[in-house]
Amino acid sequence: MTALLEIRDLKAEIAGKQILNGYDLTVKAGEVHAIMGPNGSGKSTLSYVLSGRPGYKITEGQALLAGADLSQMSVDERAAAGLFLAFQYPLEVPGVATMTFLRAALNAQRKKRGEEEMSSPDLIKRVKELAKILDMDMEMLRRPVNVGFSGGEKKRAETLQMMLLEPKLCILDETDSGLDIDALKVVSNGVNQLRSKDRGIVVITHYQRLLDYITPDVVHVQSAGRIVRTGGKELALELEETGYARYQSEAA
Amino acid sequence: MGNAQATPARKLTDAEARLAEIFAMQQSAGAPQLAKLRTAAFDAFSKTGLPNRRDEAWKYTDLRALLRDVKPLAEPPEDSAKQGARSAAVLEGVASRRLVFVGGYFVPELSDLADLEAGLSVMSLSEALAKGDAAAMTQIGNVGEVDDPAFALNTAFMGEGVVIRVGAGICVDRPIQLVFVAGAQPATYFLRSLVIVEKGARATLIESFEGETAQEYHVNAATEVVLEEGASLERLKISREGAAAMHVSTFVASLAADAQLSDFGFNLGGAVLRNQFFININGQGAHAGLRGANILKGKEHADATLFLDHAAERSESKALFKSVLDDSSQAVFQGKILVRPGAQKTDARMMARTLLLSEGAQANCKPELEIFADDVQCAHGSTVGALDENLIFYLMARGIPQAEAQSLLTEAFVGEVIDAVADRSVREALTGLVSERLRTR
Repeated sequence: MTALLEIRDLKAEIAGKQILNGYDLTVKAGEVHAIMGPNGSGKSTLSYVLSGRPGYKITEGQALLAGADLSQMSVDERAAAGLFLAFQYPLEVPGVATMTFLRAALNAQRKKRGEEEMSSPDLIKRVKELAKILDMDMEMLRRPVNVGFSGGEKKRAETLQMMLLEPKLCILDETDSGLDIDALKVVSNGVNQLRSKDRGIVVITHYQRLLDYITPDVVHVQSAGRIVRTGGKELALELEETGYARYQSEAA
Repeated sequence: MGNAQATPARKLTDAEARLAEIFAMQQSAGAPQLAKLRTAAFDAFSKTGLPNRRDEAWKYTDLRALLRDVKPLAEPPEDSAKQGARSAAVLEGVASRRLVFVGGYFVPELSDLADLEAGLSVMSLSEALAKGDAAAMTQIGNVGEVDDPAFALNTAFMGEGVVIRVGAGICVDRPIQLVFVAGAQPATYFLRSLVIVEKGARATLIESFEGETAQEYHVNAATEVVLEEGASLERLKISREGAAAMHVSTFVASLAADAQLSDFGFNLGGAVLRNQFFININGQGAHAGLRGANILKGKEHADATLFLDHAAERSESKALFKSVLDDSSQAVFQGKILVRPGAQKTDARMMARTLLLSEGAQANCKPELEIFADDVQCAHGSTVGALDENLIFYLMARGIPQAEAQSLLTEAFVGEVIDAVADRSVREALTGLVSERLRTR
């Protein structure tokens, strides 16, 4: 069976500076992977390279989503192909109503996949259901995208988008940052509802805390732009004890 | 402009000579009082001639250079042109009372003058002038002191328009829309309207201008508005002129105590579009809100020049103008705020924001403050920039294609000035015009 995400010896740079140094990672459908590592180890870079952020350039190697070469797709094509990046810092989009944004995103993806568009009443109904799960006030969703939201509210909104778009592969970039414990539980609950045998989830985090709520199948340690150790969920607990220092020196 | 007399006589441009010729031919028409008004205006114009870039108020829109020839005054439209005007499209979905002008002439059979609301009077300008209507004769050209050659030309040649009076305390809910459709022949249209909103009355005025790409015409339009104490007017002006059209418009308003003016101007097409505003805030507690939006492409040029004259205490003015510029289009924003002695507690704010969609586009912003009172708040600012790349990436990362992401963000940018339009159907129609315009980039 083809892996959902397959990264082979990936090298990538931004502004001429190499950040990813021969990255290997395979995520199969149904798996939840955690990528942990110290600040500056290139965790966010990985997520931006995969999603196609301008300025991030692949110089060697490959990243395949369900067998398709991501580097050959535009940012929106990657999304339609099933890649979703939950941003560490979701952006405010003044003047664009949240429902307009959600409708545009969902229907653009569906259209590209040759699926039927979702009607407005169906969309509103679905968004209401998701808002309930994420303990969000519908009033918030009448505002422009993320405008005036607190850090926690932005992460809930991000999770709502993810649940609505039902991607094949979810990448959560430090979703726990800026979250209080209640919000962390709510967001984790949302993510856990997305766990399925057809879907892969990659949780990028600095701390073990999030993994108390989203239990990973595989834990990786990333340092200096590549994965330096892979283990089970107990690896996260070990890191919490020992810290990242030994991996940083190893990588250097 | 006053020192022009002292300098040696300048050789007239071809256009100026032609204007003098045309004026001499039309002079005999109309009542003596009207002839006097026209003559005084043309004399005032002749002292300076067409404004050029050395006139501060016309610095970025050199009319002398731009107006190479004068199109003839419009002849009454043919039936075919009138038929064509039936499909005038700007805000067609809005249930306004439409008064239609084709090629500069009022077309009663396309207009709706039936069942006027009690207290509302509407008359064509030609009818008002022919009758020697007292209000028209005393107010036209007198609403504010305007020393401007384009406005003087308008007074000298004014052909058609409307005289509207909203009686004291009357609230007219249905917007009154003046639909100006260009005629088939090359022509100059001098359009002039007067709107008097009496004490405590309220109304909405829409002026829409449209023409076809192939048509060659010049519009010189002027609207004078008198807002009596506590009166309120929302005015919308939409210019979707043909690609070769030149459009110069003057808006003059006087606001008595507690009067409210909300003005929104929208420029969606035309080779040269000049909108000048002379807002005289004469009464305490009066409020003037001026908003504008330009969505320009090709070599289109739009100039908004504001003069806000605060002459009373506790008055407010808020100006917000937004431009979206593609290709090598150009937007000009000039705003002058004058706070006269004694106009304490004036609150005046001016902002121009420009979104550049192309490297060849250009924005010129020039604010000017003249303040003669010591307890006031005045502010001005301007921004010029491109769409935020990070936002485009965020939208695309959710599956929205690049072109659609750009349109959404651009619509959002313009949306801020449309959101303040009171009538929902008008607001939706305006939003529709924005989308349509952006999607035909």
